[in-house]
Amino acid sequence: MPRITVTVDGIKYEEDVEPRLLLVHLLRERLGKTGTPIGCDTSNCGACTVMLDGKSVKSCSVLAVQADGCEVLTIEGLGVNGSMHPMQRAFHEEHALQCGYCTPGMVMAAIDLLREDPEPSEETIREGLEGNLCRCTGYCNIVKAVRRGAQEMGRAVTTP
Amino acid sequence: MTVQQEAGQEIGQEIGRPRKRKEDARLLTGRTQWTDNLVRPGMLQVMFLRSPMAHARITRVDVSGARELPGVVAAFSGQDFAAEQGSLPCAWPVSEDVVIPDHPPMAVSEVRYVGEAVACVIATDRYRAADALEAIDVEYEPLPAVLDMNDALTDGSPKVHEAGNKAFSVKINSGDLEAAFRDAPVVIDRTYIQQRLIPSAMEPRAVMADTDGDAFTIWSSTQIPHVLRVMLAVVTGIPEHKIRVIAPDVGGGFGSKLQVTAEEVLCLLLARKLGRPVKWTESRSEGNLTVHHGRDQIQHIRLAAEADGRIRGLQVDLLADMGAYLMLVTPGIPLLGASMFNAIYKMDAYEFGCTGVFTTKMPTDAYRGAGRPEATFGIERMMDELAAELKIDPVEVRRRNWIKHDEFPYTTISGLTYDSGNYEAATDKALALFGYDKLRAEQADRRDRGDPVQLGIGVSTYTEMCGLAPSRMLGEANYGAGGWEHGSVRMLPTGKVEVITGTSPHGQGHVTSWSQIAADALGVPFDDVTVLHGDTAIAHKGMDTYGSRSLVVGGIAVLKACEKVKDKARKLAAHVLECSPEDLEYAGGAFKVRGTDAQKTIQELAYAAFTAHDLPEGVEARLDSDATFDPENYSFPHGTHLCAVEVDTETGMVKIRSYVAVDDVGKVVNPLIVEGQVHGGIAQGIAQALFEEAVYDAEGNLLTTTMADYLLPSAADLPAFQLDRTESPATSNPLGVKGVGEAGTIASTPAVVNAIVDALRPSGIHDVQMPCTPERVWRAMEGVRR
Repeated sequence: MPRITVTVDGIKYEEDVEPRLLLVHLLRERLGKTGTPIGCDTSNCGACTVMLDGKSVKSCSVLAVQADGCEVLTIEGLGVNGSMHPMQRAFHEEHALQCGYCTPGMVMAAIDLLREDPEPSEETIREGLEGNLCRCTGYCNIVKAVRRGAQEMGRAVTTP
Repeated sequence: MTVQQEAGQEIGQEIGRPRKRKEDARLLTGRTQWTDNLVRPGMLQVMFLRSPMAHARITRVDVSGARELPGVVAAFSGQDFAAEQGSLPCAWPVSEDVVIPDHPPMAVSEVRYVGEAVACVIATDRYRAADALEAIDVEYEPLPAVLDMNDALTDGSPKVHEAGNKAFSVKINSGDLEAAFRDAPVVIDRTYIQQRLIPSAMEPRAVMADTDGDAFTIWSSTQIPHVLRVMLAVVTGIPEHKIRVIAPDVGGGFGSKLQVTAEEVLCLLLARKLGRPVKWTESRSEGNLTVHHGRDQIQHIRLAAEADGRIRGLQVDLLADMGAYLMLVTPGIPLLGASMFNAIYKMDAYEFGCTGVFTTKMPTDAYRGAGRPEATFGIERMMDELAAELKIDPVEVRRRNWIKHDEFPYTTISGLTYDSGNYEAATDKALALFGYDKLRAEQADRRDRGDPVQLGIGVSTYTEMCGLAPSRMLGEANYGAGGWEHGSVRMLPTGKVEVITGTSPHGQGHVTSWSQIAADALGVPFDDVTVLHGDTAIAHKGMDTYGSRSLVVGGIAVLKACEKVKDKARKLAAHVLECSPEDLEYAGGAFKVRGTDAQKTIQELAYAAFTAHDLPEGVEARLDSDATFDPENYSFPHGTHLCAVEVDTETGMVKIRSYVAVDDVGKVVNPLIVEGQVHGGIAQGIAQALFEEAVYDAEGNLLTTTMADYLLPSAADLPAFQLDRTESPATSNPLGVKGVGEAGTIASTPAVVNAIVDALRPSGIHDVQMPCTPERVWRAMEGVRR
């Protein structure tokens, strides 16, 4: 069984894994990182989105062995010193979640979207979140939250 | 008025305030308790082998190959459960002729839809369980699939069940229909198809069961922990007091988790068989096959009207696809529409008929709106057809027929009494917000120019009956339970408040809204209130969450319990302050003796009731109480939704250009939450109009098993919605609230389809079958171009 080394939310793990083990199952069932949920089996819903070396991936379509030597950031590692990331706060402020199942993936995808466009238009946000499905909100408040999160992240960068 | 309490905490008017949700922090940081997150020591993973045949006799099941594989603890077939698994319940025998076939949780001798469980394996983890499923051998003798409702009712049709393919038939009459249609200047006759939908809550179902040998605990992603507990006892024979049901965090339901499922029963029985905790989590493709489906009706509707557009009579004849079995409320779903086809309109005569039909497909049951979206679609499409026939504006034809605001309370032709509403006000507000006249002018201009992109305007003036439900009325409908709800309120010794509710939220924000209700009723800070729910060992009584009932019934139960706590506190305060209860006034969380400075806060009284050192005669220790509320009537939210679409007549592409919704849900506890509910509801209704359909092939295989095939709209597929409200308080409860969970979904589907048909009507098109995909729209255009 291959041994992999993977850093998840700042903690280094060494694990022996079956080659077929999915990254999301490694996170949830081996490492107890259940903050990342699974919503489908065809990589359509995006609920399991995490950052792999700084870029968003759907962790249901990555094998654990592919994450060997990588850094994984999940929703659980996003906040700093117990305070929420600006994007998490923006989702709260704008009521951008109801049942909350899609939320971890949606927040990670939103942050990734801003890497490419830190001040996205409504259209860019909608297109950029196309791979993340929500059944509760109709997306209106998610779009607002991403805008707000973008503004606050911009502020966080520019203010010392 | 606000009163400063502890630092930073204000007491004031909570109801009506857009409080941010208490639920969010956990959900946003991944500290969640989804059922699939839960682990028990020694827990095993369950997986089910499912029928690949729509209809077949099971001639042999051999699980021995699976049992030999590494990591496999056990494997069972239906035969292994036959003596103990009972039959999945149907709680709504809707008519005297209803046929409720035996519904074994695991098929024993015959399968009747693709996806029905035929065997299971229990292994140390899900990978080993999946491997083991491959080693199970099942032999089937194929039987003919039954897929089309009309064919199913013919004499020569193969049968789904021995008793035949008709599940029930119901007919309701009011007024003289024949007279209404006789010599009517206008008769509109249409057939609409409500396609089959897959509810698609984002959290797939999951069940975990454990036992200490005598008692059982079951964790399930369910909307109905209380109903489930009763039903598990009835189905399995395990005594009810030995079963505890917990609904941890539940990731959406939309009716799909208002069910007593095969997997819940089987996991409970597996925990008993193995004496170990077991967990089952469905994959999405398994869920698309086996989570109950929604809608699926053929509606034949006839409407007779005067030349000025006033309705004389309405006749509705439904075929409703039950699928292979009657599940918890399957046959009742189309009948929830029986009193809704007449909607907000006055008429002289009405007839509703419905035949439930068995087919070899997944059973249908509640899906957001449940019967009411189907009815609203039917009547709102007919109103547009009537307007077109008479060349009257579709808003005007509605105005000529609707109940006017000064006519409430109004008893409709189908016998419901609408307590309040103002259709004129909601419509006027919506028209102004939408820019109706300007859009009509643009539409005329595009028509004149022969623009390949035509503009269509869709109107939907809906109402719904919700707040399910007055127990008396449920009894009259032969439903197997009541519609009350329970709440209890405990003042803790330190003055903090625990609210316990029988409702079972899965995204609706009850913790926040119930906190607002309790904070106002008791005069305590919002942050001092916590709300417990979803565990039958904590919330002892409840009827759970569905049918836009939670606030209207459960929220009122919380309010009533608060009032009782206050009554008790008043007696105690009078005793401590040495005055009569009548001399006390309650404000800002304290009882004050009128005309003096003497007072006791509710927190001080909670402590006094805890120490119980000096209680008056007849007052028991602890400041707490509970209450049930059973409404005297349904509630009737209403509203006007307007949709503008651009339809490319060359490609068939439909783009929603603007969407306005003015809803009247009575008094609002939390406008932020209400707005969110309306947004999500509209999106789901649009999804039915444009994107979603569960498709079976000619052999009865579901083709839309994944999210790649069954199209849930993404952010890129939907526009922003413009919302506003009017407020006609309900008179059937003390808060004046009406419920909001289903309104958006009920309203939006006909608004969108009416808009598409409106765009194409000059070409001679008067219907497009849902979902109105580009291909369907293009084909409709091709049909008239030829």
